[in-house]
Amino acid sequence: MTDVSTGSTPGSGSGFLDYAPAPESTSVLHLKQSYGLFINGEFTEGHGTPFQTISPATEERIAEIANANSADVDAAVAAARRAYERSWSTLSGADRGKYLFRIARLVQERARELAVAESLDNGKPIKESRDVDVPLVAAWFFYYAGWADKLDYAGLGPAPRALGVAAQVIPWNFPLLMLAWKIAPALAAGNTVVLKPAETTPLSALIFAEILQQAELPAGVVNIITGAGDTGEALVNHPDVNKVAFTGSTAVGRAIAKSTAGSGKKLTLELGGKAANIVFDDAPIDQAIEGIVNGIFFNQGHVCCAGSRLLVQENVHDEVVERLKERLSTLRLGDPLDKNTDIGAINSREQLERIRELSDIGEREGAERWTAPCVIPEKGFWFAPTIFTNVSTSSTIAREEIFGPVLSVLTFRTPAEAVAKANNTPYGLSAGIWSDKGSRILAVADQLRAGVIWANTFNRFDPASPFGGYKESGYGREGGRQGLAAYLESAGWSAR
Amino acid sequence: MNATSQALAPAERAVELIGSDLTEKSLRLHLEGLPGVDAVGLEQRAAALGTRSIKTTSKAWALDRIIELIDLTTLEGADTPGKVRSLVAKAVNPDPSDTSTPRVAAVCVYGDMVATAVEALGAAHGDPDSGLISVAAVATAFPSGRASLPVKLADTADAVAAGADEIDMVIDRGAFLAGNYGSVFDQIVAVKEACRRDDGTFAHLKVILETGELNTYDNVRRASWLSILAGADFIKTSTGKVSPAATLPVTLLMLEVVRDWHRLTGERIGVKPAGGIRTSKDAIKYLVTVAETVGEQWLQPHLFRFGASSLLNDVLLQRQKLTTGRYSGPDYVTMD
Repeated sequence: MTDVSTGSTPGSGSGFLDYAPAPESTSVLHLKQSYGLFINGEFTEGHGTPFQTISPATEERIAEIANANSADVDAAVAAARRAYERSWSTLSGADRGKYLFRIARLVQERARELAVAESLDNGKPIKESRDVDVPLVAAWFFYYAGWADKLDYAGLGPAPRALGVAAQVIPWNFPLLMLAWKIAPALAAGNTVVLKPAETTPLSALIFAEILQQAELPAGVVNIITGAGDTGEALVNHPDVNKVAFTGSTAVGRAIAKSTAGSGKKLTLELGGKAANIVFDDAPIDQAIEGIVNGIFFNQGHVCCAGSRLLVQENVHDEVVERLKERLSTLRLGDPLDKNTDIGAINSREQLERIRELSDIGEREGAERWTAPCVIPEKGFWFAPTIFTNVSTSSTIAREEIFGPVLSVLTFRTPAEAVAKANNTPYGLSAGIWSDKGSRILAVADQLRAGVIWANTFNRFDPASPFGGYKESGYGREGGRQGLAAYLESAGWSAR
Repeated sequence: MNATSQALAPAERAVELIGSDLTEKSLRLHLEGLPGVDAVGLEQRAAALGTRSIKTTSKAWALDRIIELIDLTTLEGADTPGKVRSLVAKAVNPDPSDTSTPRVAAVCVYGDMVATAVEALGAAHGDPDSGLISVAAVATAFPSGRASLPVKLADTADAVAAGADEIDMVIDRGAFLAGNYGSVFDQIVAVKEACRRDDGTFAHLKVILETGELNTYDNVRRASWLSILAGADFIKTSTGKVSPAATLPVTLLMLEVVRDWHRLTGERIGVKPAGGIRTSKDAIKYLVTVAETVGEQWLQPHLFRFGASSLLNDVLLQRQKLTTGRYSGPDYVTMD
């Protein structure tokens, strides 16, 4: 494999590995020039100054997006309140389930369209939006559709009650998937929703609003309002909201926790992470390399649970790093809509700058930087897969979440040291363990303070599995039976 | 003398890597020290490679290259000289309607058909790296390998004497599963020796692991490594007589072994998936897996082969489709 980068086939003159372009067609998309706010089942105009959403791969404009001001937020919350009282809370669980099943099927039917929209707006490779994001979105709706008439068995006692109106603010890294994580359990539990997608990635949520119309979901049960941070702030602080669910940065999460304190609003936060991916010397080496790659370079590293700190047992460090560099040299960076692209675009200029800044700090602090050899397109926001070796536990790049395709490699000598280093972070969202020895995996997993622990795999998600963090990674769980608890209260007490 | 301390045949590669005191025990320690394989992760990686989208010019190149890498095979009890001559004619001229179609790498037959194949090939017989066609013979009591060593050696020597350029031998899976790695090793070394021609050159040795009978990926990695240590020029997945035959994960794993061997020694070993690869679409997945695991330079007849029969016609149909823009049917390609 050492010759991969130089390799055209002798005698043929053809570089097979320069696969001919295989772009997914955008003809499946029927985009509007501009999108309004989705309130009470209709697209309506926003009263803030509209903004453009662009493709991060080309910096070209995709559509104009309405901006919700506080009056629009009021209207959306009022629509959700009305829908909660007049229609959604009067339906049986089985009937709510029917709508969710219908939504799930429509997501599957329009899967290609959603995947193309997601890759266009977010910059993630089409193979990920097609094979990971959109299938998981459908899976989430199917899973919670099944729960809608079985809430008595959610572990909250008989006849648990919905909370009312849920305010949900989601990030730009998995726009549609985060929407599904929020909306599916909320609706299954009987709540109505006002959701605000991220400013840079509103497109798939607006197509999802069209799906809700197609599914004939009662007006106002789901409202989708677009805008920037102030829109989100107005939404979570709205007095008529019973529940706040936020996924995003720890700084914003902290502010939301402060502002909602004492309001009686139930709060779940899914925030940052700095996950340790621990590779023992008896790991299945080829699969561990794949797992490391998937752990940090999946979705350009824009993953809150990314395995951004690689902890390698010292006696295999050199071999692992060498193999990793060779593997990274085969990754294809470029057009997110090309079916062979492995690494897409960074979502925004702002994020690109943050990644650059933190990487430069890493270099200044003495870590050794290695960047995969790949051609960076002229337009758009790009960052080549990067590894830092010689990273110490006190390095900034070993402490702070970079949220980009940057891996910090540290070493350990014993399982105890691995656990200590893995836990030595303000975060605690996820961790990975690579070892062929089952007893070691169980013993180490037991001591890690992280909400999700993967063994001999990484970044695998399933709607039946609860997801959430320790410490500054947030609180509350999403997914599984546990995910319902965030949207229900026991019949015996009231959140109000 | 304890069986495990019994000296093994001093195969050059094994002596170099493990040491001159090569015994069953030292071989076992070496093989058991190889890193494990995680089945879920391996299959995931293979599936991911299978999603590559090979279009237009890349596809055209891939289709031609697949043909150039095929060992066109007939291994039936009912094989006759006429059938073998027909196979050879197809190998030389796969698509009479398009003379730009390349030739296959080799024809693969039972030992008693080697002379017929050599004669039928005539001037087309030779090194596939130069555009000619080799004759490969299965040997060593193929497909089960259940015969004594002298019989296996005679089977091999017979095929070589008849003009076989390549010998596809089977390992003793029973001995391997019983843990008698030394016995499997010694047999490969002996067969390799039986591939020696009078002029001192060797017929190329492909060692068939029959991965469908080894069952675990850990076994496949050990058997691959063992075969290379004993002198294999190629490691081959299957006889085609056992299901499952070649799979993408197994082939990926064997390519990883070959890559690691190259990393360690600088020497390139060939890989041959055989059995069950019937469509162009599947074969392209293998090309992708080779290129992205060991590099494009492996996509040459002396480093990669497909053991197949029906694959060729599907590739020809796809090739015609690329040229004409229309799909034709099975009556527009010839039977072999």
